Amino acid sequence: MTSAPVMLGEIKRVVTLTVDGREVRVPEGSTILQALHEQGTPEQADTPTLCWAPNLAPINACRVCVVEVEGSRVLVPSCARKVEDDMVVRTDSEKVRHSRKMVLELLASSVDMSQAGDDVARWMTEYGVDADRYGPPAAPAAEGERDRRHAGHHHAPDGSHAETVAQPVKIDNDLYVRDYSRCILCYKCVKACGTDAQFTFAIAAAGRGFDARIATEYDAELPDSACVYCGNCIGVCPTGALKSVREHELREDGDWHPEEETVTTTICSFCGVGCNLELHVQNNSIVNVTSPSDHSVTHGHLCVKGRFGFQHVQNL
Amino acid sequence: MFGAGGGTSAYVEAEDADLLVLWGSNARETHPIFFHHVLQGLRKGTRMYSVDPRRTSTARWADGWLGLDVGTDIALANAIAREIIHSDLVNHTFVDRATTGYADYAESVEPYTLERAAEITGVDAALIKELAHAYARADRAQICWTLGITEHHNAADYVFALINLALLTGHVGRYGSGLVPLRGQNNVQGGGDMGSIPAKLPGGYDLGDDEARARFETTWGAPVSPKAGMHLSQMFEAMEAGTLTALYCIGENPAESEANATHARHMLEGLDHLVVQDIFRTATADLADVVLPAAADWCEYEGTVTNSERRVQRVRKAIDPPGQAWPDTHIICAVAERLGHDWGRPTAEQVWDELRSLSLNWHHGMSYARLDELGGLQWPCPTEDHPGTPLMHARLWADDPAEIGTPAPFTPVEHVPPVDALDEEFPIRLTTVRLLDAYNSGVQTGGYSSPMRRRESLRMDFDDAERLGIVDGEKVRVVSRRGAVEAPVALDPSLRPGLASFTPHFSEEVDTNVLTNDAWDPKSGTSEFKATAIRIEKLADSGEPRLPAAGG
Amino acid sequence: MDLRLSGAEATAEERAAVDALLDPPLGPRAADDRAGPDSGHEARSRRHLLLPALHAVSDAVGFLSEGALNHVATRLSVPPADVYGVATFYAMFAVEPRAPRVVHVCDDVACGPYGGEDIVTRLTAELGPEGRGEEACWVRSPCLGLCERAPAVMFQLAGEPDFSHAPATPSEVVAAARGTGDARSADAAFADPGVSVPQTRTPRGETLTLLRRIGVVDPASLDDYRAHGGYEALRRAVGLGSSRVVQELKDSSLTGRGGAAFPTGVKWDGVASAPVRPHYLVCNADESEPGTFKDRVLMEYDPFGLVEAMTIAGWATGCERGYLYIRGEYPLATRRLEHAIEEARRRGYLGEDVMGEGFTFDIELRRGAGAYICGEETALLNSIEGFRGEPRNKPPFPSVSGLFGKPTVINNVETLYNVLPVLDTGGPSFASIGRERSTGTKLFCVSGAVVTPGVYEVDFGTTLRELLTLAGGLRGELRTILLGGAAGGFVMPDQLDVPLTLEGAREIGATLGSGVVLAFDTDADLVGTLRRIAAFFRDESCGQCVPCRVGTVRQEEALARLERGAPIGDRETELALLDDLARVMRDASICGLGQTAPAAVQSALALRLLSSPPDPSTNGHRKVTT
Repeated sequence: MTSAPVMLGEIKRVVTLTVDGREVRVPEGSTILQALHEQGTPEQADTPTLCWAPNLAPINACRVCVVEVEGSRVLVPSCARKVEDDMVVRTDSEKVRHSRKMVLELLASSVDMSQAGDDVARWMTEYGVDADRYGPPAAPAAEGERDRRHAGHHHAPDGSHAETVAQPVKIDNDLYVRDYSRCILCYKCVKACGTDAQFTFAIAAAGRGFDARIATEYDAELPDSACVYCGNCIGVCPTGALKSVREHELREDGDWHPEEETVTTTICSFCGVGCNLELHVQNNSIVNVTSPSDHSVTHGHLCVKGRFGFQHVQNL
Repeated sequence: MFGAGGGTSAYVEAEDADLLVLWGSNARETHPIFFHHVLQGLRKGTRMYSVDPRRTSTARWADGWLGLDVGTDIALANAIAREIIHSDLVNHTFVDRATTGYADYAESVEPYTLERAAEITGVDAALIKELAHAYARADRAQICWTLGITEHHNAADYVFALINLALLTGHVGRYGSGLVPLRGQNNVQGGGDMGSIPAKLPGGYDLGDDEARARFETTWGAPVSPKAGMHLSQMFEAMEAGTLTALYCIGENPAESEANATHARHMLEGLDHLVVQDIFRTATADLADVVLPAAADWCEYEGTVTNSERRVQRVRKAIDPPGQAWPDTHIICAVAERLGHDWGRPTAEQVWDELRSLSLNWHHGMSYARLDELGGLQWPCPTEDHPGTPLMHARLWADDPAEIGTPAPFTPVEHVPPVDALDEEFPIRLTTVRLLDAYNSGVQTGGYSSPMRRRESLRMDFDDAERLGIVDGEKVRVVSRRGAVEAPVALDPSLRPGLASFTPHFSEEVDTNVLTNDAWDPKSGTSEFKATAIRIEKLADSGEPRLPAAGG
Repeated sequence: MDLRLSGAEATAEERAAVDALLDPPLGPRAADDRAGPDSGHEARSRRHLLLPALHAVSDAVGFLSEGALNHVATRLSVPPADVYGVATFYAMFAVEPRAPRVVHVCDDVACGPYGGEDIVTRLTAELGPEGRGEEACWVRSPCLGLCERAPAVMFQLAGEPDFSHAPATPSEVVAAARGTGDARSADAAFADPGVSVPQTRTPRGETLTLLRRIGVVDPASLDDYRAHGGYEALRRAVGLGSSRVVQELKDSSLTGRGGAAFPTGVKWDGVASAPVRPHYLVCNADESEPGTFKDRVLMEYDPFGLVEAMTIAGWATGCERGYLYIRGEYPLATRRLEHAIEEARRRGYLGEDVMGEGFTFDIELRRGAGAYICGEETALLNSIEGFRGEPRNKPPFPSVSGLFGKPTVINNVETLYNVLPVLDTGGPSFASIGRERSTGTKLFCVSGAVVTPGVYEVDFGTTLRELLTLAGGLRGELRTILLGGAAGGFVMPDQLDVPLTLEGAREIGATLGSGVVLAFDTDADLVGTLRRIAAFFRDESCGQCVPCRVGTVRQEEALARLERGAPIGDRETELALLDDLARVMRDASICGLGQTAPAAVQSALALRLLSSPPDPSTNGHRKVTT
């Protein structure tokens, strides 16, 4: 009889719930979204998400993944709500569709969503988003103006233009840009910089309400902040608000060709940790580096060397 | 350790440990993604101690920082052991069933009282006691280390000192407990596993293992000498003695990375023939008779590397290599061909499969298909249905003595101070440190523009600087028994009086290894990079102190 | 932790303000900012002192400089970006240099039309535009909770205690802004409780329960409190035993008075029986719903009552520590509570052996800093813990995972005061007052177009008409009543016979909310009121979730278009748009703020209160002649 290593697994029951009239069985502790991803129909598995990521704790801010749960007056976020026995979930009700549409529409009316990816564009069409009905967008804010707004105070609007978060791109270092006109305030970057991965806390949400923004202290430029350029914020940004300088420049120059991009998984060439890297290559040149979110070494997160230290193999 | 040259634990175990001791490791900066696991542990309540001469960014997360003097780790470890023994906190169940040599070990640490250790190390006795008790009483505890342990003239003894602590407390072979050496380079583990350790065959077999050697000889169709080859430090000694006259150097830059670099360069220049195979024209390549341009295999070819948790993982080709660069194996095969051996042009997978056919215990079950599917496997993985081994040495906890196998031996070790002693002429201890955004001699990290990069400076303590009348940013001359360099000073709160540091990253700015000592460890061959005696001289022509901000 | 700070250093004054608040540094070189902060779990466990530390600096020097922020970050091991994120969350903090004397002028629904705008006009002329000024400046403020004394201002002063001034004339405010007023003289205006609680002026009889000590006891004297029945309830509770106390609470059917109306006994039971320790008690005194001032009045005139009630709650639910979170705009109530807590501690009614009964309970008072959202219970918990006051996802509920992740009872001030009569008379007796789930008495904050505004205590079930009569009747002809606050809805003159119970209000599609009864006469500018409410929610949204963050902006913009008579499409399109917005805010917002942000607007639209075209010349702030 051997006393092999004791690796106590969690004792997990199976929970049975009903989704759109169909019984679904998933392990206890799963979220509704996990149940939809793993056991749902293609439509249910296509539940829109923005602030959710497989390698981050549920953030529960965007509210685009809401579903109806019997007994709950309000809709619940499927990304954060854990399944319970006998839970009755509806993902296709008018109430659900309305809120999802409105969340997407409110974002589209206030944020540049043009680089948020194909899924988001498709959802916008499928849910019937009409961002124009709030009026023409207001003029972009001057550089730094949004960073100086004081909580609890705003200029009364006359309603002729729809307020937006448009503002100039922040470029203050050679590795990545912050294009907050595209920021939907999903907090993913804050979590990746903070307690979900990096624990550097260079950025946080500042301000309040519509004037809330992701900021360093006193809006310091990144080189003057605690930033260590791990780029894990870029890795989780869903809208292109944070991106590498290289991608930014290629896009600006019209040389960005995602349709030609190959992605190859390999291992970082630096320290002995052995992080999985996904090299995004366009035209035999590395344009971005990411890491698979489901790998036990990295959970999708890298350091500055892994994410940006590839210049020595750039055959430009 | 215990017959297998690899860490005992998977990274993820750090998240569930009750206590972590980061000993001579600034993992926050040198192994940032491993440190992510540590941080998740801290968030859940894991307590952490940092043993490091500097108050590093790692130490600033620790519940206790033992800021010891460079080169005194063995005294500290032995004192911790003595305290554990005297406090009756030894895990006798484990010691009795799974170890040998306890009595001798206990006797060997007896002179290391807390008071004596405090005197040698400079660490408060109460803090040593606190760590001893915390480590022994923890349910799950790991010791993690890096170059702070292994870059000493008696590095192997440093490692034994830590292993002894784990044996004493039974903190090995159980989930969350273990000994975790964090490898400095991405394939140090894999390189060693593949036979680059002079006394080892691929798969960890000893050269003296006749049965294993015979298997290699059969497959390779050539005799394999049972005598160990030379490690790097011995090679330089052989060069000096004139017995080594030709060198084939692959992916290494000894002209910059060796301790006592002036001497090393002199030796390389004296060779009859130097072949350098590298992805760059390094400083070493500049000295070569023949340069063979190599592909960066991690992204320009195929293969495997092995990380610090013994995980073998695939590297894959993402881009074409530049110009005439070839993958290393192709170059080696072509060289063999010129030397009259037709090895063909095996693919990376074919090379790997040959290794699998020989490394029966560690690698046999790791087909490319499985490595692809599972995202890597941790050795030992003897069969294709074996899940790999995240956690090693669980055998030591078996009830059946047969299953325990060879018990783990205690290895008594003694504190020996650094060879490069401090004296009136050289009163300051220089240690080499590494930065988050740079890597080794800077060959690979010189190419990207990290916003964190600052000019290379002598980092020193505020009080030392004040005593010497040196201000932040002032250029000084740094002198060791082997050479001298000039560098600006950066005052650094992580340092203590009497301690200064350079990085090895920017030899074009400061040729650090001109100063370092090439005294090396007979057991591992590692040089004493971490302990150099220096003095800091004001420059005669420095004139008025030059503050970075002044007059700019 | 390995914080990285800018080179900015704190002044000696800023440093002293922070250091006076905190224990000596841990660790070897921690006193030295240069060496970085203390390390380890202990150092990282002090984040909950962040808000007090920011207050300390702001109180001392009037704003939060980068150097001061660095010092706070170092001392508390909180990253500077996080400190900045928290500091900029609160309206009362400034992260840029600001005049040491700041006048917060209430321009909200109750004060704005009743003189608030006149003060704004005068201050603009005297001190310049909003937020400007070297020595003194003025800013608009949401409801200061002094509606019965409208118009109200609050002075936030560097180096001196803050104070409220109400009712205020423009001249008095200008004089005080220039440095000729102080807290003591302003507090004197509050000497007569009859202004706030007119019922104390009439023969009291048996009519008052929650307010029974108001105007009777000296709020500064523990002995006077005891002479008027103080601490008898605690004595009785200890005699009954904690499980019996919880049972009495259940029997009383007491429901939370903060707006959600959750059964208090059930809440207590959940925490009392939670196996995880420690347990925490939190008193939600962040009374910020526009038009609400009842909690303030209770705390100002009967502070020991809250201390006793919290002690009973803490004892019954197994808490050794209670946090009293009071909004930053209540300087007088804060001073009186601080004094009461100190007195209770000094006399053994708080601390390690309360009243010699062998149990431990103490209270820590925490000040908010201008954020309505912190009245949401989980936002309040985050605020105490030193994070931004952003609501948490529920479940888990605070009774399972609340303050510092531990089981936590959170009760509103009025709810806690109700614990005293429950123990005085017993649960069943308490339950015999009122009807259905609405038992006991209820405080209402009556203001606006009534003759005698103030806090009124009536039995549940009293009609709205009776309540208005109690308040001396209406001034002018009634147009409508805002019931329940900005998160509530409107009630029309033909609905005045509604019984004021949870059920009665629901029946007419209204809510009692926090007990606001704000009357509008036919001269009132309802469009302006709605725009103020819409602006309020736009200002007070924490910004975390999309429906509320953007929805409140779009709602305000649509109202502005309606007001200007410049709809996109036609009026019906705009109403449909508002309805679409209302639905997503109500259905998909994280917390009650977003869920109720469209309530008043929707109510007004449903009741066709906006059907008459407004007069554009008033610009939303029609003056009410009184």
